[in-house]
Amino acid sequence: MSSDPVLVLDDLSIALATISGEVPVVEHLSFSVAQGSTIALVGESGCGKSMTALAIMNLLPQGFRCSGGRILLESEDVVAATPSRRRALRGNRMSMIFQEPMTALNPVFTVGEQIAEALRAHQNLGRRAAAARALDMLRAVQIPAAENRIKAYPHQLSGGMRQRVMIAIALACRPKLLIADEPTTALDVTVQAQVFDLLARLQEEMSTAIILITHDLGAVADIADDVAVLYAGRCIEQGATRVVMEQPLHPYTAGLMVCVPHLQPGVMAARHRLLAEIPGMVPPLGQRPTICAFSDRCTRVGNDCLSEPQPPLFTLAPTQAVACLHPLQRETTA
Amino acid sequence: MSAPALLEVDGLFVHFEASRRPKPAVVHAVDGVSFRIPRGTTFGIVGESGSGKSTTAQAVMRLVPTTAGAIRLDGRNIIDLNGVALHEVRKSLQMIFQDPFSSLDPRRRAGNLIAEPIRLLEHRSKDETAARVDELLAAVGLQPSAASLFPHQFSGGQRQRLCIARALATAPALIVCDEAVSALDVAIQAQILNLLLRLQAERGLAYLFISHDLGVVQHMCDEIAVMYLGQIIEQAPNSAFFSRPHHPYTWSLMTAALPAGPLRQSLKKSYLATGEPPSPINPPNGCRFASRCPFVVTRCREEAPELVAIGTGHWVACHRHDEIDPPVFA
Repeated sequence: MSSDPVLVLDDLSIALATISGEVPVVEHLSFSVAQGSTIALVGESGCGKSMTALAIMNLLPQGFRCSGGRILLESEDVVAATPSRRRALRGNRMSMIFQEPMTALNPVFTVGEQIAEALRAHQNLGRRAAAARALDMLRAVQIPAAENRIKAYPHQLSGGMRQRVMIAIALACRPKLLIADEPTTALDVTVQAQVFDLLARLQEEMSTAIILITHDLGAVADIADDVAVLYAGRCIEQGATRVVMEQPLHPYTAGLMVCVPHLQPGVMAARHRLLAEIPGMVPPLGQRPTICAFSDRCTRVGNDCLSEPQPPLFTLAPTQAVACLHPLQRETTA
Repeated sequence: MSAPALLEVDGLFVHFEASRRPKPAVVHAVDGVSFRIPRGTTFGIVGESGSGKSTTAQAVMRLVPTTAGAIRLDGRNIIDLNGVALHEVRKSLQMIFQDPFSSLDPRRRAGNLIAEPIRLLEHRSKDETAARVDELLAAVGLQPSAASLFPHQFSGGQRQRLCIARALATAPALIVCDEAVSALDVAIQAQILNLLLRLQAERGLAYLFISHDLGVVQHMCDEIAVMYLGQIIEQAPNSAFFSRPHHPYTWSLMTAALPAGPLRQSLKKSYLATGEPPSPINPPNGCRFASRCPFVVTRCREEAPELVAIGTGHWVACHRHDEIDPPVFA
């Protein structure tokens, strides 16, 4: 990557204010995304991946705040930006697609009006120019009969169409950064594949940087260049997607990979065989230990895991870093 | 077919009236579906939203009125039962829903929630019921102390365990699982799938397993049916289904569900269906998949294909099933 990264997260921490003091939600998260590349944030619910996205967008709910670190969008500190500057950044230079397209679209405006709204607010386009660009965007996200659909209300469209409209709104101003929070979870599998293809194609055209939030690494491995695995608000493994998927080094990442029954056509599945499961569950907010938060579910736990604080990420291979005292061994077979 | 299977669904139709004016519109949610589930086995139904898989499940549970057809439990047609007779049937027929957050009454304690089906259907004494609740909590891996907690005090996975305990309360022979693990995180999903497998082995349960996730279905099911727009378009035992699927729609589903990699990339071009399913209101006359099928010919649009047997227990509804070779997935 020759160009500077579009987004840099530098030691970001997010905290939630409670009656009994501040509770850490995300701790010491660092990563960067370059122009035209994609990073996937992977983890179970409650691991802090959506809060990270909202922090970048400056949309943290009440009570949450960035308690440390910096978020740099093209070298500009987003956290320190004034409210009007934030509004100028959101939707224009960075934007976001949400999981549920039905609740993210306004039911009383046509989809054309909603796409045009972003353009009029951020690009100072007139009504007509914005409407024309909205139509272009609908065509770009491959909605058939776009001339008619531009006048449709969200309820008249299927789930897949609505998510395409969301993508059109998000990309209307050609942002540098797009955050997609589980963009296909609510969609059918064949439509999911279509939406991912569309995202990849538009990314190539506009060289947008994408942060993809997901709980299933397998689903995004095709389009994510890098991956960061979060557990209980901490990044426990980070690296190039191919490398991490082929040889996860953290026991949690490895557990995540094998506990999903992936489709294996042509293979006589060992029916009724129990899946390799990770016992227990993620420690709830406010009850995270300073030692490795995964230690109570881990099969490789040692005495040092229970006495020493969770280690920071350290690089084990050129494109892979892991935060574990007893990582899995890297096989050196060629 | 000699001895009756545990559950036999025969020519099931479920139609809903969508509107009367300006012109009558009927949603063909389920259009002539037949299958049988032997005792102790798992029958999977896969399909996209709107394919009628959930409606089929609800019809089996007698939660929606059926338009035509028969549903036989142990050889007895339950379609016209009501009142006490239906209560008797419900003892052996239970259901787990997708969303454990909305399928439990938030104002009642876990113990009370599990005792409800026992109280309503089995009329046991208080002590007997309490003992049974303890036993059920243990069976699904919850502490006895959980009985006094409210649903909001549990995590998603624990709530789904509660729902399973509720379903087990009357010792049913068949449990309908409608997307029972779709709302759960992958690590929790594995725990719940394992729990379902263990309970099946211990208690000889049969499952009607509704899911959109082919990986989960391959892992869980003995026999699989694919539904599209209210009809079964392919049905086969596990090994035949996943080694040599014959319907282009099944190919599309499998291609979409393949793990990322060069194989998926290469198959996607030829086999992934484009567009989205047509409306189930007044569905097309010919093959219902014709509008999205990469292999469509004129005949497909004019004439609806029938399910034909192409192997032991392997059925497919496609005019061109013997003309086109299935893709090599492995």
